[in-house]
Amino acid sequence: MATQEAKFKVIGTRPIRHDGVDKVTGRARYGADINLPGLLHGKVLRSPHAHARIKSIDVSAAAALPGVKAVITSADFPKLKSGVVPLGELAMNPLYMSMNLLAHDKVLYDGHAVAAVAATSPHIAEEAVKLIKVEYEVLPHVQDVRSAMKEDAPILLPDVRTSGAPEKSDKQTNIASQVRFARGDLDVGFKAADIVVEREFNTAMVHQGYIEPHNAVAQYNADGQATIWTSTQGAFTARDQCGLVLGIPASSIKVVPAEIGGGFGGKIPIYLEPLALLLSKKSGKPVKLVMSRGEVLRATGPTPGSHIRVKMGANKAGKITAAQVWMAYEAGAFPGSPVGAGCMTILAPYDLENLQIDGFDVLVNKPKTAAYRAPGATNAAMGAETVIDELAEKLGIDPLEFRRINGAKEGTAQPAGPKYLRIGYLETVEAAKNSAHYKSPLPKVSGKLVGRGVASGFWFNAGFQSSATVNINTDGTANVVTGSPDIGGSRASCAMIAAEVLGLKAEEVHPVVADTESIGHTDMTGGSRVTFATGYAVYEAAQDAVNQLKQRAATLWKAKPEEVVFQDGVVSRTTNGQESMSLKELAGKLPRAGGPVGGRASVNPRGVGPAFATHVVDVAVDPETGKVDILRYTATQDVGKAVHPSYVEGQMQGAVAQGVGWALNEEYFYDEKGTLRNAGFLDYRVPTCLDLPMIETILIEVPNPGHPIGIRGVGEVPIVPPPAAIANAIYRAVGVRMTELPMSPPKVAKAVLEKK
Amino acid sequence: MANKVLVETTLNGETVEFLCEPRQSLLEVLRDVLGFTGAKEGCLTGDCGACSVIMDGRVACACLVLGPEVQGKKIETVEGMAKDGENLHPLQQKFLEHAALQCGICTPGFLVAAKALLDRNPKPTEHEVRFALAGNLCRCTGYDKIVHAVMDAAAVMQGR
Amino acid sequence: MRAFTYESPRSLDQALGLFATAGEKARALVGGTDLLIQMRAGVRQPDVVIDVKGIPELQILSFDPQSGLRLGAAVPSCRITEDKMMQDKYPGLTEAAGLIGSVQIKNRCSVGGNLCNGSPAADTTPALIALDATCVIAGAKGTRTVKAEEFVLSPGRTVLQPGEILVEFRIPAPKPHSSDCYQRFIPRNEMDIAVVGVGAAVTLNGDTCTAARIGLGAVAATPLLAKAASESLVGKPLTEQAIAAAAALAQQLATPITDMRGTAEYRQHMVGVLTRRVLNEAAKRTKKK
Repeated sequence: MATQEAKFKVIGTRPIRHDGVDKVTGRARYGADINLPGLLHGKVLRSPHAHARIKSIDVSAAAALPGVKAVITSADFPKLKSGVVPLGELAMNPLYMSMNLLAHDKVLYDGHAVAAVAATSPHIAEEAVKLIKVEYEVLPHVQDVRSAMKEDAPILLPDVRTSGAPEKSDKQTNIASQVRFARGDLDVGFKAADIVVEREFNTAMVHQGYIEPHNAVAQYNADGQATIWTSTQGAFTARDQCGLVLGIPASSIKVVPAEIGGGFGGKIPIYLEPLALLLSKKSGKPVKLVMSRGEVLRATGPTPGSHIRVKMGANKAGKITAAQVWMAYEAGAFPGSPVGAGCMTILAPYDLENLQIDGFDVLVNKPKTAAYRAPGATNAAMGAETVIDELAEKLGIDPLEFRRINGAKEGTAQPAGPKYLRIGYLETVEAAKNSAHYKSPLPKVSGKLVGRGVASGFWFNAGFQSSATVNINTDGTANVVTGSPDIGGSRASCAMIAAEVLGLKAEEVHPVVADTESIGHTDMTGGSRVTFATGYAVYEAAQDAVNQLKQRAATLWKAKPEEVVFQDGVVSRTTNGQESMSLKELAGKLPRAGGPVGGRASVNPRGVGPAFATHVVDVAVDPETGKVDILRYTATQDVGKAVHPSYVEGQMQGAVAQGVGWALNEEYFYDEKGTLRNAGFLDYRVPTCLDLPMIETILIEVPNPGHPIGIRGVGEVPIVPPPAAIANAIYRAVGVRMTELPMSPPKVAKAVLEKK
Repeated sequence: MANKVLVETTLNGETVEFLCEPRQSLLEVLRDVLGFTGAKEGCLTGDCGACSVIMDGRVACACLVLGPEVQGKKIETVEGMAKDGENLHPLQQKFLEHAALQCGICTPGFLVAAKALLDRNPKPTEHEVRFALAGNLCRCTGYDKIVHAVMDAAAVMQGR
Repeated sequence: MRAFTYESPRSLDQALGLFATAGEKARALVGGTDLLIQMRAGVRQPDVVIDVKGIPELQILSFDPQSGLRLGAAVPSCRITEDKMMQDKYPGLTEAAGLIGSVQIKNRCSVGGNLCNGSPAADTTPALIALDATCVIAGAKGTRTVKAEEFVLSPGRTVLQPGEILVEFRIPAPKPHSSDCYQRFIPRNEMDIAVVGVGAAVTLNGDTCTAARIGLGAVAATPLLAKAASESLVGKPLTEQAIAAAAALAQQLATPITDMRGTAEYRQHMVGVLTRRVLNEAAKRTKKK
């Protein structure tokens, strides 16, 4: 199916994105920009305690404050049962969802929502929230996985039992689940090793750090129908989650995805939408809720911190003979960390016979974790890619050559079992080796020690469901309607795919991101799936439009449909005089030819192509202060087919920047009371543009055989290698193996001093 | 009950009058009172630059300016950057050409801060660009294409 | 934010009248880069916010070869960093003003506001201490002066009484072969609060140091004058050993805490590192004059 030798006219070019002018003029409407007549402003009351029983809530003073129109607590939500409900690709527990939205009998983390108000101004809402009186009984809290796994740990959810445990137990526990992937024989493997390296790692909780805080505007109508505008990665999943947790039909809620100011996985769960809806129902007015930065950090879905142990053996020839991994990930207050994905991605770039990977999902008094760009994989790669670096170094083998020796290719079995189809991992290793960066000598920086490190990464990418319609306009241009919120330029890519099929220019196709009433079901934007799956739907919808166009032409020419062909935007007859018409001409004649042309498709494509990346980084370390500067960074990646190369490069560069922050400075800092101390961008330190150099990207196109255009997802894998690559570079600069994230200056300085 | 004050200011070249409570920041005034939603709220602590506006020729965080403080001042926002309905400012044009935005939420702040830079320093080096924009956070792009766009816009504005 | 009234006095007398009336319930506003954040967090809750930027005395920036520098409390950092006289005569204080934050912040914040916020980590305070700055305070009863190193009493609290305003700083004219330097450590390249900040001013006669003052920030409850460390350098050449000894004395004075910006051990270590670097740089700068 892959068109490897195809010459594309639009795909692979760099048109200006269709929503671009709105975004550079400030006209684009993000969720917080939305205004409606009579709009009320909401504010949420949040727990100051990491773990406490709620003894009573008294909202009377708040409700009496002039300007306050509604107050809600969890009592306003229906009672739901615990269980697992499939919601598209996600599995949700409605009871836990409800408990996270507004706490029931306990608060489980600093920032846990307890009540919400709606008032005529945001300042009055803020004052009202302060008037709500909550009586807490503070309970002991636990915030690191190893303590939480102990017998005597404070228990967060008394009903939790470890799913996947080898023996059933009725004891209360914080271990929500465990999973094991294993094959071969570890003993045999380690015995065959000439070198064994064993290391333990701790990684801190970090946040996706999107610049736009969560927001929702809800208008509930007396007929039970509601509209919600929200910054979301998935209008349909937001709608379904709302319906589930409020006990109302999802179809009664129309969700309009506003332009979204970043998500990275963190805007798949809902936090504000049901609150806004209930406040609107109670007050009879539209209600807007916007989170502050502090609320975003305290109370949305960061990614887990973790404790990871990696033991690997290799023989003199450089072949890995055995790998054993033990990982415990913070789930936060409710089960569901991506430890499973961590287990399946760690070591995925390598061909291994003997492996055992154990993963544990552990409750701690921190916010419930959510997806963050290749969820689970970056933590895991920090462990594996640095141990691999150490094996290579001890065996005297270049780290890229070591990866080439062990690299996965078509037919290799993943750690989880399935065999790879055509993949491009070895190509990324080769490209890194041949890059100008890797071939250049290490630069000298006065007063600092310089080192170069490499690391690889893997991400599955996702398929899932998408719908699209492609409508031909009377002037021969086309509209493409999809349901995928555009977080990285995907609507432009969708337009380009349709343009390619229809023989139009990119500017002649108008992409629209539609609400839940205007397009067929579409799963969330995430999993690096939009260009692949929504692009697939667009491709099929455009083909459907082409078939209809051919039939219309056949009608006009009184020919048989088989006699008509469509190529490069021109429809022609293969018989009887070989007439032809451009799409423009045909569009003008459609009323006589049978009517309008609208192609449609709904897909759930199976041929997902995984992605691999290999990164090279040079760092300069100040041995006295421990500060690490990134001097140069090169990211190579198998991108399948780059529809719009600028936005593929953008995905790689942005993910690298996030990885650099994760590596060097980002972490959640809780005090002894369990309160988050750095709930702001001052002390939650994401990289500024002064902290990064230009980021070189090398795009390798190994087409995905499972997609008509060869597309692979590209957005997630580039966040996987950076922390490990940087750790490996630090080692080569100062001779110290860092085993904690972040590798902040105090830690690096301490390690350097201790080495002396 | 709110003690509103009447403020007169110049916004993107036009004289504007508004009522606000002293506790309403310039950012709130722009977005909620005057309807100019280009400047965005990202942190309310002056750490992200998404609310950047130019005040009397100097870029500042609107979230840290009180509404009444702009009495008699000249305010410029992203909405005032385009030359007219057909012609964008070179910075806006170059951001589009270089794909210097992904989700776009930080873009108004960057455009305003970059304009303030180029108004003072028409020929900045890469380091000077990065230093001037260090107060604007972007989480999507890794800044690479933003810096390229600003330097390319500088060249165009200089006729290079 | 809690509601408040906003005043914008145009003269010092008018401002003093407003401050006298409101007493403890008033707070001065310059750049707002600390105050608005604190008001949003409920940490400071004034009933009256008095914008002092419009008072001419607080906007003075002038140098006299005899009496030295007069720096108004509300002069924004950007004016300081762009001023040739400041760059030439007080490079350490100028670079401290340039490190306070982003361009957006520097266009609004002031050295006066930085000091009056009372943070032990303020960037400009160690530089002011190193330059032997005197703070001029005005109140209903007249003016008084306080040394920069005595201005902050504890985190967030200063010597300012209700009704008083900080008007300006007076800094002596630099003697021949003098210079100053300020360096701080932050984890990123910009935008962070100092983990440790050290300011130093030295005067050399030939190779011998005839005067030295070292100011420390972020390593105690208030910014400090490292008196013993400073005095240890006087009358000696600034050799590697002398500087190392001074750095060690500075380290002894520091009582840093562990918080989200750094551990106590790390801060202790960094006092030594930065003191050495700052003294070396200040000494180098005297040679250029």
